Amino acid sequence: MSHNRSNNAERLEQLRTRVKIDRDGVNSISSSDFPFHSSNVYPEFDSIEIFRKKLKIKVIKKSQFEMEFDLIGVDAAIANALRRVMIAEVPTMAIEKVYIYDNTSIIQDEVLAHRLGLIPIKVDPDLFYFKHENERPTDMNTIVFKINHECRYNPRAREDESDPKQLYIGHNLLSSSLIWDPKGEQAERFTDNPIKPVHDDILIAQMRPGQRMELEAHCEKGIGKEHAKWSPVATATYRLMPEIIVKEEITGDLADKFAACFSKGVIDVVEKEINDEMVKTAKVVNPRLDTVSREVLRHKEFDNKVELTRIRDHFIYTVESTGILESERIFIDAIHIMQTKCSRLLLALENKLKELEDERNMMSLDDV
Amino acid sequence: MESVELMETENSEAEQEPPTPEIIIDDILDFKTDKGTIPDPRSVTFTIIGEDHTLGNALRYTIMLNPEVEYCGYSIPHPSEEKLNLRIQTTENITAIEALSKGLEDLRTMCDYIKEKFIKTNLKFDKKASQDEN
Repeated sequence: MSHNRSNNAERLEQLRTRVKIDRDGVNSISSSDFPFHSSNVYPEFDSIEIFRKKLKIKVIKKSQFEMEFDLIGVDAAIANALRRVMIAEVPTMAIEKVYIYDNTSIIQDEVLAHRLGLIPIKVDPDLFYFKHENERPTDMNTIVFKINHECRYNPRAREDESDPKQLYIGHNLLSSSLIWDPKGEQAERFTDNPIKPVHDDILIAQMRPGQRMELEAHCEKGIGKEHAKWSPVATATYRLMPEIIVKEEITGDLADKFAACFSKGVIDVVEKEINDEMVKTAKVVNPRLDTVSREVLRHKEFDNKVELTRIRDHFIYTVESTGILESERIFIDAIHIMQTKCSRLLLALENKLKELEDERNMMSLDDV
Repeated sequence: MESVELMETENSEAEQEPPTPEIIIDDILDFKTDKGTIPDPRSVTFTIIGEDHTLGNALRYTIMLNPEVEYCGYSIPHPSEEKLNLRIQTTENITAIEALSKGLEDLRTMCDYIKEKFIKTNLKFDKKASQDEN
């Protein structure tokens, strides 16, 4: 009986903390971390204290534009909110208005303007304000870039030359041709890090001799919700930590087959002593690398020997920045934006309640 | 050719107040009232303007963590309308308003913890990385 009960508790714990990956579907998806839910009846439920104790963060790796970190102990609702804010609500500066004086290239004006908008501009958006409708451009809400470009024949090219690189000068219009035109106090404010595109080698247009381009581009502050060009991330994603539970030793040639069912580096085949004999045995070494392809569940010989799950509250975030902001800064900004949303609503709630009280007081005055 | 409007320089903060959209909070939250009172304070549907699943689901989660909340759910009535309906029903111990305000505060606190921990671990990682380099 007691054995049965502990088994049950184990099963409940598994249901609560794991997402089950079955042969033909994913089960036990919903979170059950709520008071009075069947699997956890907390008499005194201090959710904030529980959250604080459970929360864990690990930075896994960082490179120039990318960052991977683990957020452990949070619900999908919170994890997803932060991911969504990173993509759609963290502001950056991007080209929004393009005044074209001359464009004789084969790229149409509107396509050109769209291409310019997508070029990431390296500047801290915190140093600018949003430009609201009907507001005039100032040095606090607009950055101006200019392009003045012409394609010519290379006079020094050989007569039988066919390579455009040798034949023409300036036939590739690159993002490095965007020349920042400081307005007002901008030159002083940005002496240490002049404003320029993140990459100098983004191809904007290909041109041929005689074609000219002259334009003025205005950058404004915006968020990804309005247009993806303002999104500070190439992408921000998360996945749940995979877990491979080997219930029965997998030995011999089966071990090799088992290892081949997973991504490289997930399973190691090691020599292990079983019944005074050294045998090849499969060992889970790095489940993080697994793509959870479920290949292992297709083979009869592994039936009931392995279980695939994901840890419900272990999120592996990958934040790839466009290079405007550092990945860690994007995540921190996202948290700030979430908090601002809460503060704003709390204030709105307070105001609404005050309004109600005033209305009530008016009513009672009328009665008198 | 029509000329592009020239940029004006902002000389001082006083000349042009920095636009702060955070301060404009009128009409972002609404719920049904009757002569200055709430008809049933224990079951209220709040309407939040300008928010979507980002806040809706996170808020639903933190409100549901409150043992005094019997029901909490949210919906976005139409995708082309920036509107979010949040339904809260509570036990007799608290009102829906209190549940909402606690949910918002809890969410803000959770974000605080995440931020604190993230900054700390990130700093540690950077320190270790620069040590390994040397």
